Amino acid sequence: MIDRLNEFFFPKQVSTFASDIDNLFYFIFYSSVALMAVVVIGMVIFSIKYRFKKGDKVRLTSSKDHDNILESLFFIIPLILVSITFVWGIRSYLKMIIVPDDAIEIKVTGQSWFWTFDYPEGGTSLNELVVPSNTPIKILLSSKDVLHSFFIPVMRTKMDALPNRYNIMWFEAQEEGVYDIFCTEYCGTAHSQMAAKVIVMKPKQYEEWVKELGSGDDDLPLDELGEKLYTKKACNTCHTLDGSDLVGPSYLETSRMWGQTRNFEDGSSAVIDENYIRKSILEPQSQIVAGYQGVMPTYQGLLSDRELDALIAFLKSLNENRN
Amino acid sequence: MSENQNINYLNHPKGIMSWLLTLDHKRIGLMYLFSGIIFFLIGGLLALGMRLELAAPGNDFVSNDTYNSMYTLHGAIMIFLFIIPAIPGALGNILLPLMVGAKDVAFPRLNLASFYIYSFGALFAIYTIVNGGVDTGWTFYTPYSTQSTSNVVPMTLGIFIIGFSSILTGLNFIATVHKMRVPGLTWYKLPLFVWALYGTSLVQITATPVLAITMVLLILERFLGIGIFDPALGGDPVLYQHFFWFYSHPAVYIMILPAFGIISEIIPVHSRKKVWGYKFIAYSTLSIAFIGFLVWGHHMFTSGQSVFSQIVFSFITYFVGIPTGVKIFSWILTMYKGQVSFTTPMIYALAFLFLFTIGGLTGIFLGAVALDIHLHDTYFVVAHFHYVMQGGTIIAFLAGLHHWWPKSFGKMYNQKIASLCALGVFIGFNGTFFPQFLLGLRGMPRRYATYSDQFSELHTYSTFWSTILGLSIFIAILNLMWSLRKSNKLDPGSNPWGALTMEWTHTSSPPHPHNFESDPVFTNGPYDYDKVIVEPTLKK
Repeated sequence: MIDRLNEFFFPKQVSTFASDIDNLFYFIFYSSVALMAVVVIGMVIFSIKYRFKKGDKVRLTSSKDHDNILESLFFIIPLILVSITFVWGIRSYLKMIIVPDDAIEIKVTGQSWFWTFDYPEGGTSLNELVVPSNTPIKILLSSKDVLHSFFIPVMRTKMDALPNRYNIMWFEAQEEGVYDIFCTEYCGTAHSQMAAKVIVMKPKQYEEWVKELGSGDDDLPLDELGEKLYTKKACNTCHTLDGSDLVGPSYLETSRMWGQTRNFEDGSSAVIDENYIRKSILEPQSQIVAGYQGVMPTYQGLLSDRELDALIAFLKSLNENRN
Repeated sequence: MSENQNINYLNHPKGIMSWLLTLDHKRIGLMYLFSGIIFFLIGGLLALGMRLELAAPGNDFVSNDTYNSMYTLHGAIMIFLFIIPAIPGALGNILLPLMVGAKDVAFPRLNLASFYIYSFGALFAIYTIVNGGVDTGWTFYTPYSTQSTSNVVPMTLGIFIIGFSSILTGLNFIATVHKMRVPGLTWYKLPLFVWALYGTSLVQITATPVLAITMVLLILERFLGIGIFDPALGGDPVLYQHFFWFYSHPAVYIMILPAFGIISEIIPVHSRKKVWGYKFIAYSTLSIAFIGFLVWGHHMFTSGQSVFSQIVFSFITYFVGIPTGVKIFSWILTMYKGQVSFTTPMIYALAFLFLFTIGGLTGIFLGAVALDIHLHDTYFVVAHFHYVMQGGTIIAFLAGLHHWWPKSFGKMYNQKIASLCALGVFIGFNGTFFPQFLLGLRGMPRRYATYSDQFSELHTYSTFWSTILGLSIFIAILNLMWSLRKSNKLDPGSNPWGALTMEWTHTSSPPHPHNFESDPVFTNGPYDYDKVIVEPTLKK
């Protein structure tokens, strides 16, 4: 029953402090329902009982306009309830900000419009935060451009990512699974697409995953690796594969135009080939396609040469007429 | 009733120039009223457009950029061009001098200047709309607002200019309340709407300059590259948030206090009963206005401010909650042993009590730091402030509009249609915004043009009811306008509800150009329903 109720109101409880926060919610919720009931019952009874009926004469009404005992109650009962709420809110908050000493520290960087995760063992992932279960994780948070906010609903925690200072948050996941991460501070065009996932693994699996990070994928064929990178490196936030427009031009359209000339915002143009794609990824501001905004960040340092090759191979493979 | 057909402020003097250059507070109030309603309808259409886009996941109706611009304009227009100027500017202007037995406000020329400053600022907002909108959110958070290529400067300049109109109106009202009261009308005999306007005016003149400074700094940063808020220039974006909310939280009270005032008038009149706890309501208005200055940090619980600040801001936040709660109980107890009529204004007032209580109670959830961290910037917050701003302020505005419409125009609207619309607004509003509490709890962030599938059912539901809400408001306004036609024979008489405040008892409806035909003599307190009987002139 309680579980069903919790499912109705909240996403899953995954972090250690989630149940505490949900209980605080239920406390305020039931208190509010009780107070609301008093308000509604009072309104209904008074307005019906003392209604002006047909045939009634306008008359002088009661001069009663205060009642010390009643008014003290209206003061004291809410005061008690909000005092409990306040103390509970602070106690739970302290649990949420005091990071355990043995926490694994992961650096999280927000950037329009994707998240980068740097792991203590070395290695970086984009838009996929992988963490071990039953282990405290400390998030060191900042932004490369505008404000973002890092929100994991199942962990019941959130923190703003600022460009000029670090913010810290932490959580400990109690259940393996894949959960949503949202950006909750408005950051421009693709704010609503700046989504990521947190993947909670068993600690053993996590260790293997971290070890493979950066070293894996060597044996994949280029276009398959490119397909993987397309989502892993968050290209999909702004570029579709089906020809429809998002923030940037669709990969399909670019692929279909292979070998043709593309016009840029500044009036210049270039032929779409391997060098054009490479330059677009590493120096996106140097050639903005006409009709689009120059908002793409550079991927300099985020992709190896082989990964660049892979993305180019993947993009080429999209044009069904070529194959 | 002979004045009705003869001279009143609406027909004397005649001619367009007599309106544009009028120094009559009632005419200025009407000009505010109609410009406010126009912006209300524009803001409402933008909201319906947003709901249409959000009816299903994906970009079906508009692109991301258009959506971002729509929600920004919706917020900025509703707050800066409708709610803040419209209630004090329209209802306050029309009623304040009448309620205190004065011929006009203290500085009539300044009053006209306020209106033109407002209009001038509004031109910038209109330019922004026509020129492709602005996409930063009504909060203009830096550094996004320093970098955005949309019309940030025209919009903030407009808000800067409109701020002066607020300050001057506030100044005018304070002087009027202090100096223009009729002899015998002491502070404790003032109608509570006057107290509310007084509290509002105090906040307007003290808080608005901070907004003006913030907007100027933002514009300077954009034009001259002075590093104040943008870290790329050496500034601090959190500083901007402090500046912004130091104004914008008190601004919430600029928006809600007049609503409290309206409700404090309507419930006693339509319950024909002395208001419960007069002094408490009067003083809590002032204390809320004051405490409202000390809680801005609760908008920044996830910004990384110090733990100490978090605790202090959470603590003080609850001090606003308690007096507000006692007010709600006072309004309900006012009906006790009264004669309650279910007129249109009263239906809106009862809807206000229900909706505003939900708005207030959900504020308690957000004041608890630990819970706010989950709910911050989600749809829970969107639902919360709509319950306060629309369920509270705009419902109270509609209540006041229907209550004082016969006063302002001497015409009665179709009450059946008006009451049905009130019910439609109530049901449509709850249908639109209640699901948004659940969306927020389940983790749906605000300011999203698209969203993932798990949220689609509640969004669809919300969109469906928003059409009922929009339609009801539209018909309600149409019904009011329709009552102004020449052939309308529904005569409300000079005091349709049998009220005891001076604007009803001492002058005709619509009032004489100089408010009162002879110097008014203060006779009875505003809520002396235990001492004085006045028969309503409105025939059933």
